[in-house]
Amino acid sequence: MIGRDILGIEDLSREDIETILETAERMQEIGAREVKKVPTLRGRTQINLFFEPSTRTQTSFEIAGKRLAADVVNFSVSSSSVTKRETLLDTAKTLDAMDPDVVVVRHKVAGVPHRLAEVLQAPVINAGDGAHEHPSQALLDMLTVREEKGHIEGLTVTIVGDIAHSRVARSNIYGFRKLGAEVRVAGPPTMLPAEIEQLGVKAYTNLREAIEGADVVMALRIQMERLEGACFPSVREYAATFGLDRAKLRFAKEDAIVMHPGPVNRGVELAHELADHRPSVILDQVRNGVALRMALLYLVSGRGGASA
Amino acid sequence: MTPPAASGETPQQALAGEPARTLQSEDTRTLPPESGRSERVVLDDEAIRRALMRIAHEIVESSDGTDRLYLVAIPNSGVPLGRLLVDNLESLTGDRPPLGILDTTLYRDDLSIRGARPQLRKTEMPSSVDDRVVVLVEDVVSTGATIRAGMDALMDFGRPSHVRVVALVDRGHRELPIKIDYVGKNIPTQPGDKVVLYTEGEGGDGFVASEEIGALQVSVREADAEPGVSVREVDAGSGEGGGASS
Repeated sequence: MIGRDILGIEDLSREDIETILETAERMQEIGAREVKKVPTLRGRTQINLFFEPSTRTQTSFEIAGKRLAADVVNFSVSSSSVTKRETLLDTAKTLDAMDPDVVVVRHKVAGVPHRLAEVLQAPVINAGDGAHEHPSQALLDMLTVREEKGHIEGLTVTIVGDIAHSRVARSNIYGFRKLGAEVRVAGPPTMLPAEIEQLGVKAYTNLREAIEGADVVMALRIQMERLEGACFPSVREYAATFGLDRAKLRFAKEDAIVMHPGPVNRGVELAHELADHRPSVILDQVRNGVALRMALLYLVSGRGGASA
Repeated sequence: MTPPAASGETPQQALAGEPARTLQSEDTRTLPPESGRSERVVLDDEAIRRALMRIAHEIVESSDGTDRLYLVAIPNSGVPLGRLLVDNLESLTGDRPPLGILDTTLYRDDLSIRGARPQLRKTEMPSSVDDRVVVLVEDVVSTGATIRAGMDALMDFGRPSHVRVVALVDRGHRELPIKIDYVGKNIPTQPGDKVVLYTEGEGGDGFVASEEIGALQVSVREADAEPGVSVREVDAGSGEGGGASS
């Protein structure tokens, strides 16, 4: 996988996903050590190219690179030549001339990481592009489910919320389907794309039916500031209908877990009582995110390897 | 006997998504039928167990008390050997030293020249190595690259008072100033030969399914021999690094 771009779960085979998850499972132990660093990527350069602010994902990629002893450089919008009207491709070419071994890209427009991957020598890892994909998030979600349940094949995973605008939902649908889970999506009709079932999922507008017998219930973040009034009448109504609480969770399996990619709107997608304690595994997801990103960096970083 | 794979698979296999532990069923396969010619057995089960008992005696003899001993096995094939050594030490002294498992892959010096990243193995260090007499346990030592990586890895877990090395087989061709303190057997080999430890019932990752460790066997496959399809090579995964024997 050296030199390979990680642009989306759609492009990964089941074997690729399993290799990544198994590598991440070995990386987890490093985070539990007193000295949380191995010399593996010493002398390699990782550039985090974030055109859209993202404290969580950027920090996670940065810690992952540092735990592998890579030199991590953060290039964010505020400090960048983006404000000097340099084009995207010129920015990318400039960075590439500094010989990074891997470039992590986040952009609000879908497809930007793909375009950069065509230009850059270094492998590109997509850290979220528009409403398209967020592969490292889906992989860490799969890692967390595997840790909790021991396997993914045969599980029922219900994703609740704004499916239409969510790159997390799309990546998770591809990923969990490839690993043999049944995936259901639920939300108000305005948030369910018309053709979503073509991805092999079942769509529900009734939350109770959607989580009936589910092993995993994943709530998505609602972008309240953008969507209130457009996709749902009010935040209160959304919380009453699609917000998860213990009462609604009764319909899921007894040992069901609750996930959320963060940051959580407390009292909207998740009730307070669920956000902090099991069955929610939100902080495990965050912890696993570092190990998962270490696995990606370990497997792909390096210039001039086999191409995707 | 049904010798399974000794050590890890090749990086190519690892990236093709064939982790060792899913190979359990295949691991009970037998040697290639013509193995008499392409492979020669250099240590049978009895010889290996005798060597491990002698090494346990030597460890007791040369250690100033056994209460600070800490055995650390390098996966995959160091693990069954480490387990047998811990059993032997317990029967000799009444004390059972802790057994850690330490993967050296992330400490290798040859990652940049390999075509694919090698598969990682389990690391499990039950307690700190501070002030302990640590005994690294490896199946086959050649260039010394794996032991070098193992010492680096060890230092990330604390500061041992002493570090010693057990090798079931020392096959020569050292490239680093590494001394083996306890050797099962010196086996002269050609640089291209493969030295393989088979463990019956082992599921590729060095962990034996049953409590009892099955029959062990060390074979040498000579460089010009036909590669047996079902034999994985001891230097391919986490075994002897540095490509000395390939």
